[in-house]
Amino acid sequence: MASVSVPADGRTGGLLRRPTATTGLWSWVTTVDHKKIGVLYGVTAFLFFIVGGTEALLIRLQLAQPEQGLLSPSVYNEIFTMHGITMVFLVVMPLSAAFINYLVPLMIGARDVAFPRLNAFSYWAFLFAGIFIYSSWFLGGAPNGGWFGYAPNAVLDPTRGMTFYAIGLLIAGVASTVSAINIAVTILNMRAPGMTLFRMPVFVWMSLVVQFLLAFSLPIITVALFQLLFDKRFGTHFFDSVAGGDPVLWQHLFWLFGHPEVYILILPAMGIVSEILPTFARKPLFGYQFVVFSGIAIGFIGFGVWVHHMYAVGLGPIANTAFGISTIIIAVPTGVKIFNWLGTMWKGDLTFPTPMLFAVGFVAMFVIGGLSGVTHSVVPSDYQQTDTYYIVAHFHYVLFGGAIFGLFAGLYYWWPKVFGRMLNDTLGKVSFWLMLIGFNLTFGPMHVLGLQGMPRRIQTYPEELGLAFWNLVSTVGAFLIALSVLVFLVNVAITRRKPRVAQADPWDARTLEWLTSSPPPEHNFDEIPTVHALDEAWHRKYVETEPGRVVPVPAGGSGTEAPHAGEHSIHMPSPSYFPLVASVGILLLGYGIIFGWLLAAAGAVVLLAGVYGWALEPSAE
Amino acid sequence: MRTRTRLILGLAALAVFASACVSDASQDTLKPEGPYAEQIYDLFVPVFWIAVAVFVVVEGLLLFIALRHRRRKGQPASIPPQIHGNNRLEIGWTILPALILAGVAVPTVTTIFDLAREPEGDVLEVNVLAHQWWWEFDYPQEGIVTANELHIPTGRPVYLTLCAVGLGYEDQPTPSVCQPGPPDGAPPAAIGDGVIHSFWVPELAGTQDVVPGQANTLALQADRPGRYSGQCKEFCGLSHAYMKFAVVAHTPEGYADWLANQQADAAMPEPGSLSATGMDVFLNGQCIACHAVQGLEDANGNPVAANGGPDLTHFASRECFAGCWLQTQDREELAAWLDDPAAIKAGSWMPDYGLTPEEIDALVAYLEGLT
Amino acid sequence: MQEQVGIHVYESEHEATSTGLPNTKLAMWLFLASDVLLFGALITSYVVYRGRSVVGPYPNDVFDIPYTSVSSFVLLASSLTMVLALAAIQRGDLGRMRLWLLATALLGMTFVGGQVYEFTTFYEEGLSLTTNVFGTTFYVLTGFHGAHVTIGILMLLTLFTLSFGGKVGQKDAMSVELVGLYWHFVDIVWIVIFTVVYLIPTGP
Repeated sequence: MASVSVPADGRTGGLLRRPTATTGLWSWVTTVDHKKIGVLYGVTAFLFFIVGGTEALLIRLQLAQPEQGLLSPSVYNEIFTMHGITMVFLVVMPLSAAFINYLVPLMIGARDVAFPRLNAFSYWAFLFAGIFIYSSWFLGGAPNGGWFGYAPNAVLDPTRGMTFYAIGLLIAGVASTVSAINIAVTILNMRAPGMTLFRMPVFVWMSLVVQFLLAFSLPIITVALFQLLFDKRFGTHFFDSVAGGDPVLWQHLFWLFGHPEVYILILPAMGIVSEILPTFARKPLFGYQFVVFSGIAIGFIGFGVWVHHMYAVGLGPIANTAFGISTIIIAVPTGVKIFNWLGTMWKGDLTFPTPMLFAVGFVAMFVIGGLSGVTHSVVPSDYQQTDTYYIVAHFHYVLFGGAIFGLFAGLYYWWPKVFGRMLNDTLGKVSFWLMLIGFNLTFGPMHVLGLQGMPRRIQTYPEELGLAFWNLVSTVGAFLIALSVLVFLVNVAITRRKPRVAQADPWDARTLEWLTSSPPPEHNFDEIPTVHALDEAWHRKYVETEPGRVVPVPAGGSGTEAPHAGEHSIHMPSPSYFPLVASVGILLLGYGIIFGWLLAAAGAVVLLAGVYGWALEPSAE
Repeated sequence: MRTRTRLILGLAALAVFASACVSDASQDTLKPEGPYAEQIYDLFVPVFWIAVAVFVVVEGLLLFIALRHRRRKGQPASIPPQIHGNNRLEIGWTILPALILAGVAVPTVTTIFDLAREPEGDVLEVNVLAHQWWWEFDYPQEGIVTANELHIPTGRPVYLTLCAVGLGYEDQPTPSVCQPGPPDGAPPAAIGDGVIHSFWVPELAGTQDVVPGQANTLALQADRPGRYSGQCKEFCGLSHAYMKFAVVAHTPEGYADWLANQQADAAMPEPGSLSATGMDVFLNGQCIACHAVQGLEDANGNPVAANGGPDLTHFASRECFAGCWLQTQDREELAAWLDDPAAIKAGSWMPDYGLTPEEIDALVAYLEGLT
Repeated sequence: MQEQVGIHVYESEHEATSTGLPNTKLAMWLFLASDVLLFGALITSYVVYRGRSVVGPYPNDVFDIPYTSVSSFVLLASSLTMVLALAAIQRGDLGRMRLWLLATALLGMTFVGGQVYEFTTFYEEGLSLTTNVFGTTFYVLTGFHGAHVTIGILMLLTLFTLSFGGKVGQKDAMSVELVGLYWHFVDIVWIVIFTVVYLIPTGP
């Protein structure tokens, strides 16, 4: 057990001394700086994106023609399951977390998040969750019951795969839950003087809604995953119809999480687009309050639509009607956002560098995905559409054409801020067009395939169904997407070699992060800005001469208050080992549940040591 | 350049959708062949066109704005009027979509209830049992049990009760409404727990899931004679893709003929023929542990009535077997199946009994005789 | 930068926050809100499966309401001692705080001990985790609650032990308050569980 009091210079041996590095590899391991953590999330998520994309290519290769045997049913089931798990939990969520972590403190004028070590812990736990789930390939079989893991199939499957699934997602869930609390407290409590809630950037608002969605939906899937785990590991009867259990309970609990989850996946990207469009239109976001309120509305209503994933389960016409109506209703606030984005572009001075292309692409693709979603809400239609490639088309349009495009827009837009260098715009445009064409070629035909009778999650399909042509087209499109990602990676590589000369505000933008240098210093701002309006940074550059008309502020005057006389030192939180230690403990605990109680006990001890060490060390020294 | 590219993309998208209307796919949701599927189709089509209209308007606006307000080459950067919003527009574009959606909601709700209603009149009742990975059809009033092909008469509503059963995971019986027992009323063979499947024959009806412990129902009806393709839509394990079935609609007379044939006992082979040898292999091997053949008795005089596997009484009267993935008429496929089922269908619960080629030949002859 | 020792285990509450609530307190409230949904899902699972067990023993066969009422009272009493502990540290009375913290922990341990005894009895009467859905849902629900109580006891004992370490003043009352919030939450959850599971009459 940890000892009671901890002198600042550590206890026995150098091992337990508080880390101090701020540069070099070790500094990344012990960092509690939200910016470094954001970069860690981003890089890790992108690596998983490549892995998940490879899984997608394998799927498309297998399905390019009927009755192929490239992937056996057993392997295919693992691949499509891992593709789903990877893209949802190991790509889009952490990539969004990358942006949220990096930008939120900067956008609200804070120096870091409320609990920096907890932030680091969230990252490490996420990384270990990903490693844990992927290690299953070598340890008895990868998850193979779909990312949605329906019981009883997931329970009855004889391999270890779905046990890895349950435990891995539990670990990831812990990471996301504590992160949600962290970011929510940060946004609510650590805003710069003058930044009322309605002077926050839309990205921050969307992030706030997402944290609440996470905090309230993750516990539900936590329970479901424990129930699955116990059914598999201990022979309980949660989903055992023979004993009086109900497989549909899993579906209810899963989708009570799963539906808010899709809003968790899209709202950050919507926030990003809401920042980018005004910058490249050079006018404010149209209908700021409406965009904010529609985001909040989507968050609330999002908890009331989950049965639309279950229309064919047999819950009866009353349930189907109720949820059909709630699903139809949620289209309204979504439409409001789209119209406000159009209004933002209307009569703007529009330019189309790569971030703007992706942002506009987001809007275009999301409209398609949203419209197919509306057709699903027509319940009897969904009796045909459900579990077919029509649904696959829908969610890829909103999650790839939507979330991924939005996140790419963010990458190009904030790259100069984070790395001090601009990505090459020509390569960016090439990548965009390749991705747009490839994406539509891949997923457009899937609408047709679904309506023509191709179910989901099938390892192959017979010749006589006439599905071969569009499947082939779809596969070609997938490789175009791969090419576009390659172009992006080339862009990243050549950009690294450029000198670090990006200005603080290369895009002439509107939010606080552009006030500080590119990249920002560790303490973010020399002086915490005082906020007088929405789009504070813009108003420091441009002054309103008459309503709606602005002119640049004359050079030398910023129109803000005089800088403070006198210095006070800025205390930043110190690096720490303990978040990593605690995460390792959880990882060992996870393996222990599968491989033996001794290992689990060891994990618990390491976890406790990590938590106690963390609790007893001061946050800053 | 951008305009042209977008035009090409738009045309391509239209082509994609247009192709959906001119396919020869046989599991086509856009080719309803009965009143239930038609109701769904009649609801989908107008909603689809509304969606297309919205798509054209919104994407068109997006394109228009992007092109109209883009900074032209050589034009200096300017700061446009800083418009913050327009409340009237906000109300408008909240209310208008809500009205359109309300319009869509009304027929949606009525159709939900219509489709859920139990059909009246001269209804054919069939119990559908979903196994891993094949479909069993039990006609309680007619007293027959078949597999993989659901034969129905045209013009008559069919009311299906859907139950999931399994084999091999546990050996507890699934309490189920539609668990067929042997004709003499003896309790059914223990058939263990199952997984969720989904019954989908798009040209005749929408889907309904088949959930262990639940007895879901589905109504369908065929207007014209024909063979309608269907398959399991809910991921159900290794051979999910191989769990097809067909609904064969006959004229009422044709159906009566089919029924009479099915109700007859199994054809007995000529003594001394290869077929007879096959029957011996069938009776003395493990086959009767899972497969029923009406009219056949084992060595102890017990009827061969297990239903862990498909009822084989009139095996050769069907076109397909093994989850409708293989053809009964194809000798090679049949032999390959008997030799090693799991090689064709991953995870198949039918074991490889290590039959010799001679035994397989004999069995094939016997099965082909079960018309 | 001054030494931080002893009970100063949480973020400094010196800085002004936009809501006026200290970061740690807001975080604890959010965490507890999240935990409400955890128990909500567990309790819902129990309720949904009520009366669906195919074999016994059934709730009425095993429940001993008087016994569980006593242990519920013990847990309730621990909330009182928790409040007393917080009041003590808020007026700077370290000794009383230690007393009441220890009392809370002991009462909590009594509750958990009582549950262990209760479940052992149930087990001997034939109700295990895998006997039927009642056993499954009951043990998992109460097990999660018991785990929460145990973590709470650990936190109480940690505070108690650390209080011997050095300077402790009113500024460290926040730590006690946070543990107190958690403890009261766990207690309220038990009231709900006790009512829904034990007290509301059910069929077999």
